[in-house]
Amino acid sequence: MPRPRARIHLVPNTRPIHANAQRAASGRYSAARLFLEGLIGHRGWSRAWHKATPRPRYRVVIVGAGGHGLATAYYLATEFGIHDVAVIEKGPLGLGNVGRNTTIIRSNYFRPDNVRFYDYSLRLWEGLERRLNFNAMVSQRGTLNLFHTESQRDLFTRRANGMRLLSVDALALERDAVKALVPLVDLDNGRYPVLGGFLQPRGGTVRHDAVAWGYARAASAAGVDIIEHCEVSSIRRAGQRVRGVDTPYGLIEADTVCLAVAGHSSHLAAMAGLRLPIETHVLQAFVSEPVKPVLDVVLTYGAGHFYVSQSDKGGLVFGGGIDGYNSYGQRGTLPMAEDVAAAGLTLMPGLARLRVLRQWGGVMDMSMDGSPIISRTPLDGLVINCGWCYGGFKAIPAGGMATAHLIARGEPHPLAAHLDLDRFATGRTLDERGLGPFPYAH
Amino acid sequence: MLRIPCPWCGVRDETEFRYRGDAAVPRPEAEAGLAEYSACTYKRTNQRGWHVEWWLHVGGCRKLLKLVRHTVTHEIHAVGHPQDRLAAPPEAAPPGAAPP
Ligand SMILES: Cc1cc2nc3c(=O)[nH]c(=O)nc-3n(C[C@H](O)[C@H](O)[C@H](O)COP(=O)(O)OP(=O)(O)OC[C@H]3O[C@@H](n4cnc5c(N)ncnc54)[C@H](O)[C@@H]3O)c2cc1C
Ligand SMILES: [Zn+2]
Repeated sequence: MPRPRARIHLVPNTRPIHANAQRAASGRYSAARLFLEGLIGHRGWSRAWHKATPRPRYRVVIVGAGGHGLATAYYLATEFGIHDVAVIEKGPLGLGNVGRNTTIIRSNYFRPDNVRFYDYSLRLWEGLERRLNFNAMVSQRGTLNLFHTESQRDLFTRRANGMRLLSVDALALERDAVKALVPLVDLDNGRYPVLGGFLQPRGGTVRHDAVAWGYARAASAAGVDIIEHCEVSSIRRAGQRVRGVDTPYGLIEADTVCLAVAGHSSHLAAMAGLRLPIETHVLQAFVSEPVKPVLDVVLTYGAGHFYVSQSDKGGLVFGGGIDGYNSYGQRGTLPMAEDVAAAGLTLMPGLARLRVLRQWGGVMDMSMDGSPIISRTPLDGLVINCGWCYGGFKAIPAGGMATAHLIARGEPHPLAAHLDLDRFATGRTLDERGLGPFPYAH
Repeated sequence: MLRIPCPWCGVRDETEFRYRGDAAVPRPEAEAGLAEYSACTYKRTNQRGWHVEWWLHVGGCRKLLKLVRHTVTHEIHAVGHPQDRLAAPPEAAPPGAAPP
């Protein structure tokens, strides 16, 4: 069977990709400019974003310069006309989970409301590089989930059909098609033979650092202040309203404070006297030494903790499940590393002699139902964006847009209204796999 | 690798255990309202620091135990039976409401 090469946009882009109106201080990036700079020794480049010192007051202060914080700032300025915005980051920009993930984007969810939200994100990824004038290496190489039992086949078929009903691309593949797509996979491994796969052709990968840099550059060009090395140490309130945040630069006041701090959400929320339905857990990632092209889809094993893609440098980028107990340590433990390697070798024994070059961990905001939270809070003027679990990278464009919408309009974005905090108290939890309130199991 | 001192079996590798979450969540009174029950089910303090938690020794005695562990360093401070009231060692005050 020929390799399915569907790169069709089944859902038309509803939003016109308007020209990147704002001018970056670093000028427009283009192939012509790269060529010309080559002739003059690359002396003409300047900083991609402005290093700001904070003013005492903003209309909106966003805490956390990860993907969601930066995207929120960018859309506030460019979609909603709110330029009086600061993004405050305790470390250097982009060293949180936005720069630690395994870069996978997809919208192959089960619940219709989640499929719609994540597919909106995928559509925003599809036009993002033009819009930001930044090469984020969006690569829609397809994501393939393998199944190994008849019941898994039924589950994936149901999921694929659900997606297709919403005009989102999904294909069920038989064994032969899987073999053609990923020849390295041992289809007949003794324990979990592969019966087939579930492919989303529009899924793929995006260069994660470039996402942080691209949004930062475009937000900065649109007038947003990005302030690094500025840790928020407490949240001030005036009666029932938020007043601002305390930082090493002193009090910074704002009408709206937005927390987009991923794994540190509970810590920051506690500063405002709130407890969240969140636990913080570590997820690890691994990169092998570079090899020649062996894998051109994102592949997920259905019978163990293992998923993998190949980077443009040739390294296999892979990961598995979370370490399994609350942790704020940005490093992983060995039992999960061993578990991931074992699952990978069951699936692709041919990789046995490949060496791991690098390994790291990120602290993630695991929500109690496994779905994200974009919501107002009981404290007026305090908005949260969190609960992304291990899947918040793909959601950065839609998460930023929805959070900006909530801040600017005072009401949820229509595609993200289900992601409110109240759902836990009212019994509308969004549990994709029906696992219950056990974040360490999601 | 955590080395967990099971009160019944002695020190064992973490791979013999299954984590069962925060052990400091108070269970509401039987007549308590929806707000209390939903907080007990869903809200967690999620400390960056000492954490009292449940572990099940699935690969050993299959009993439930309580552990006080630090969520950054993974240091284990105390272990006990389920009914034990284990306390975290004193620490800097948690982030609180700052002066208005
Ligand atoms: C190993 C790994 C693999 C992953 N793989 C994928 C994947 O393949 N696909 C996918 O979709 N998702 C993936 N994820 C999840 C995804 O990376 C996250 O859900 C997402 O990046 C979180 O949002 P963010 O980018 O805004 O967070 P972050 O980048 O973590 O941003 C939060 C920021 O807040 C800052 N901060 C914290 N406290 C304070 C404070 N007090 N004051 C100021 N700033 C503060 C932090 O320094 C940080 O920069 C993965 C995560 C990990 C760890
Ligand atoms: Zn035991």
